[in-house]
Amino acid sequence: MKKLINGVDNVVDEMLRGMAAAHPEYVERVEGTDVMIRTGAKKTDKVVLISGGGSGHEPAHGGFVGRGMLDGAVAGAVFTSPTPDQVYEAIKATECGKGALLIIKNYTGDVMNFEMAADMASDEDIEVAKVIVADDVAVENSTWTTGRRGIAGTIFVHKIAGAKAEEGASLAEVKAVAEKVIANVRSMGMGIEPCTVPAVGKPGFELEDDEVEIGIGIHGEPGTHKEKISTAEATVDQLLDKILAEGIYGKGDRVAVMVNGMGATPLSELYICNLEVSKVLADKGIVVAKTLVGNYMTSLEMAGFSISLLKLDDELEALLNAPADTPAFRQF
Amino acid sequence: MASKIYDCIAQIGNRIIENKEFLTELDREIGDADHGINMARGFTEVLGVLDKDSEDIGALLKKTGMTLLSKVGGASGPLYGTAYMQAGKVCAGKTALTAEDGKAIFDAVIAGIQKRGKAVKGEKTMLDAIMPAYEAYTAAIDQGASIQDALDAMCKAAEDGVAFTKTIIATKGRASYLGERSIGHQDPGATSATITMEAIRDFVKG
Repeated sequence: MKKLINGVDNVVDEMLRGMAAAHPEYVERVEGTDVMIRTGAKKTDKVVLISGGGSGHEPAHGGFVGRGMLDGAVAGAVFTSPTPDQVYEAIKATECGKGALLIIKNYTGDVMNFEMAADMASDEDIEVAKVIVADDVAVENSTWTTGRRGIAGTIFVHKIAGAKAEEGASLAEVKAVAEKVIANVRSMGMGIEPCTVPAVGKPGFELEDDEVEIGIGIHGEPGTHKEKISTAEATVDQLLDKILAEGIYGKGDRVAVMVNGMGATPLSELYICNLEVSKVLADKGIVVAKTLVGNYMTSLEMAGFSISLLKLDDELEALLNAPADTPAFRQF
Repeated sequence: MASKIYDCIAQIGNRIIENKEFLTELDREIGDADHGINMARGFTEVLGVLDKDSEDIGALLKKTGMTLLSKVGGASGPLYGTAYMQAGKVCAGKTALTAEDGKAIFDAVIAGIQKRGKAVKGEKTMLDAIMPAYEAYTAAIDQGASIQDALDAMCKAAEDGVAFTKTIIATKGRASYLGERSIGHQDPGATSATITMEAIRDFVKG
């Protein structure tokens, strides 16, 4: 294993400390926890958004803490859900009387741990709501889930619900718009090189030199199948076919596109993939209103990418285009 | 001298810690190979933080639950954490327990685990040991059996439940993606639940 670390036990702690040192104007770490919150979080006077999950998906989730997106992000061990007490600390450190929305990716451990934190907060009379993102169309059920997995489409939930909260909407309204995003976003990914969890020391799965895994999850979990590597065009076509088969996106619809790198994919390749995405959607008469290309929800140093499509209506498009200012997503 | 409730929880914890490798090996076959490691880490912490002299059963069970919750992680942390915290609620303020209290504890534990895990009997989970154990315990008590005999019946039913998990397909938890390949393997969660109940029985019987 070749990694730029100082010891496998310090990975999460040192990453969070480094992040806090880099972006003090955006984020601070809640002392004694693995929680990153907006600098001056308690002064926001709005519904707060909390997300998080295992580490290893950077910039998710701490990188999206800031104005117009999240208020708190909870970091678990690499690829392991954070515990309820940590999520509870994030709620307590940010909530300012208007309630908290927990944005959870659909993994058994994440759902249980976040729900317990919600119960703990409710016991303290803090108003908490939750949404569960399950945007991955690759498999109906996987290693770590009951039901579909939550992957890169989650970033659209952070952005749009974050903008809604920033407008001063109520918890019920913020939750409703988050659920609208969840209903209209679908994603699928693929991997060409595996990743290594530091504490494990060896790759989580293996691929032959000319082999790829289609439908892979963001922890290297198996997807639909392995196959010989093909062109970017054919690969994009395959992922998009499965996403479009959901029947959500039709001629004349406006969509937002995310071409998300898994960690070790050059931006050049992501742009090459996006070219094919834009061609296919144009052919189908689907209008691309906004495109995001980059590393938003990674899987350590895995190579590969995912495509997410979000169908927009006027409300979602306006909220998607609203300003946001976070370490990893800035839009003015 | 340590309180009885502390000694009982310590017995459970030590049995779990002794079975760390066994539980992890079971989990390697159908899960992600960390059940024993996670549970042992949790109980090592529990044994370190509990007030040995406290006779407040509710408080010690609650503290056990909170500690497991924050140290175990994954799905086992919330499930066992919930179980102990629910048991703690039932026992709030108590310094001794009756056979009837045992039923109330079971009721609360099962309700808590079902709420958290959204599982029912027959999905190859810890409930496949705990629910038959509850039924056997309750039936024995209702028929006027001694607490010792009721606890024996409870453990027998739990062990049968573990054996039953070998015969069924997992539909909850990480083993569920294996589908039919999960048949033939006993569920690690049902196994650790049975180890827990056996530790309680052995403690009560002395």
